[in-house]
Amino acid sequence: MLELRNISYSVQDKPNGEKQKILKDVNLSFEDGTISVITGPNGSGKSTLIKILMGFVCPTTGAILFNGDDITGLSVTERARRGFTIAFQQPVRFKGITVKKLLEIASGKSLDTDSMCECLSAVGLCARNYINRSVDGTLSGGELKRIELATAIAKGGDVFLLDEPEAGIDLWSFEDLVKVFEKLHDKTVIIVSHQQRILDTADKIILFENDRPVSFGRREDMFAKLTQRPSLCWRNIKEG
Amino acid sequence: MDRTDEMLLETVADLHGIPEGSFNIRKNGKLLARNSDSDIEIISKQDKDGIDIIVRPNVKNKSVHIPVLLTVGDFHDTVYNDFYIGENSDITIIAGCGIHNSTCSDAEHDGIHTFHLSKNAKVRYVERHYAAGGGSGKKVFDPTTRIYLRENAQFILESTQLGGVTYTNRKTYANLGARAQLIVKEKILTDGNEQAITDFKVKLNGKGSRADIVSRSVAKGNSVQKFQSDLIGRNECFGHVECDGILLEKARILSTPRIDAISPEASLVHEAAVGKIAGEQLLKLMSLGLTEQEAENAVIQGFLN
Repeated sequence: MLELRNISYSVQDKPNGEKQKILKDVNLSFEDGTISVITGPNGSGKSTLIKILMGFVCPTTGAILFNGDDITGLSVTERARRGFTIAFQQPVRFKGITVKKLLEIASGKSLDTDSMCECLSAVGLCARNYINRSVDGTLSGGELKRIELATAIAKGGDVFLLDEPEAGIDLWSFEDLVKVFEKLHDKTVIIVSHQQRILDTADKIILFENDRPVSFGRREDMFAKLTQRPSLCWRNIKEG
Repeated sequence: MDRTDEMLLETVADLHGIPEGSFNIRKNGKLLARNSDSDIEIISKQDKDGIDIIVRPNVKNKSVHIPVLLTVGDFHDTVYNDFYIGENSDITIIAGCGIHNSTCSDAEHDGIHTFHLSKNAKVRYVERHYAAGGGSGKKVFDPTTRIYLRENAQFILESTQLGGVTYTNRKTYANLGARAQLIVKEKILTDGNEQAITDFKVKLNGKGSRADIVSRSVAKGNSVQKFQSDLIGRNECFGHVECDGILLEKARILSTPRIDAISPEASLVHEAAVGKIAGEQLLKLMSLGLTEQEAENAVIQGFLN
């Protein structure tokens, strides 16, 4: 069980020095073995929440509890070693680090071709064509995104934080993506997404608006609520 | 050979003892071992210190090792090596140099290498420089490499400075004929108060000639690196120079790429990017379980890989 208690996060606005609130008093819990999808308009604080969960930024106030332990002060490395795994919205590029090396760093051990094939084929890539390539600008955005997910699979863990995993992936490959989520169904999976097909995989949907979750609940219940709202990102859901 | 020699040979030339085929091993200014075969002949120069390496035409998939070891202080070793590569030959030359100086006097090796590639010849030239030894004496390399490429010849220069070198001033000059190609992959690591200067001057004289120079460097501590390149297009040609540098601590990198398109048909590009390791790279690797220091090492290792 992962819990957020009274999490707030604000930054100092540089031009006028005023504090700008990014997240306001967020209270949420994520049960083991559930897929939660966070959705909501741009700038509502979804990605910041993911960063706070992974330890990239520290909340201004509040606490994060993981299986009863307060992990608010743990570093990124410590959280990673406790089983937190993240797939970035925008994958990082590395000059000279190969796909093979990145997968090996993620898994913490040397990998044979079969093991790498398992991770890469799960995201629709053929290991033979990719393991010796550098994770840099020679790969397309979609390829980098798939490798980002393959890296998360190679690492494994108990809590998966996936920030817009569908971004840059063609519609034809959505089934692969959904299969990846299905395989993670015994973990705690938190996904930020605007896509209905991703929302369809959720056990729980959390709607963010104005820097806080304004509504959350079971997928079926949330679909009913969301389709009543005419605006912004839920238009897809309504049409769907 | 003692254990230090073996360690240096392994580091700079991947050699575990005496190699097969043609080779010339030089230690402290003297010949340690040599072998020629029917395809690649190595002859001592008569007028100055050095060797001529003569590769006959149509020699394929062969290699020649010419490592140099320097294990004493107060010694300045200058050697002149000339390579003559026959038409259609395709060979690899491994030319590492290792200095082990545990004295308080300086040790310096200056390899003055000149390559003459005939029509359609292809050479992969691997040069690794490494220095070790706890003495206060400097470990210095000042190599000069001159490359003359005839029609459709190709020269791949893989130059790596692995660390421990107090000072280096590396000069590379190349003249390219029609459809000749020069590929340079340079990697340099400096630390402490080390200084490294690399200077390329490449003349793209022939129609259809190409040059691709990529320098990747990591500067740590108080070290200083200077990268200078001068790419001159005298014909319809393509040239690309890229200098990427990672800075750590108080190190400094100066990059001065110059391109000169004398011919209006020349297409010349230069890129340079110097800076710290991107924070997001460290965060990504830390999110995979590495500490910040391990993440930094992984980025550097990959960058110089």
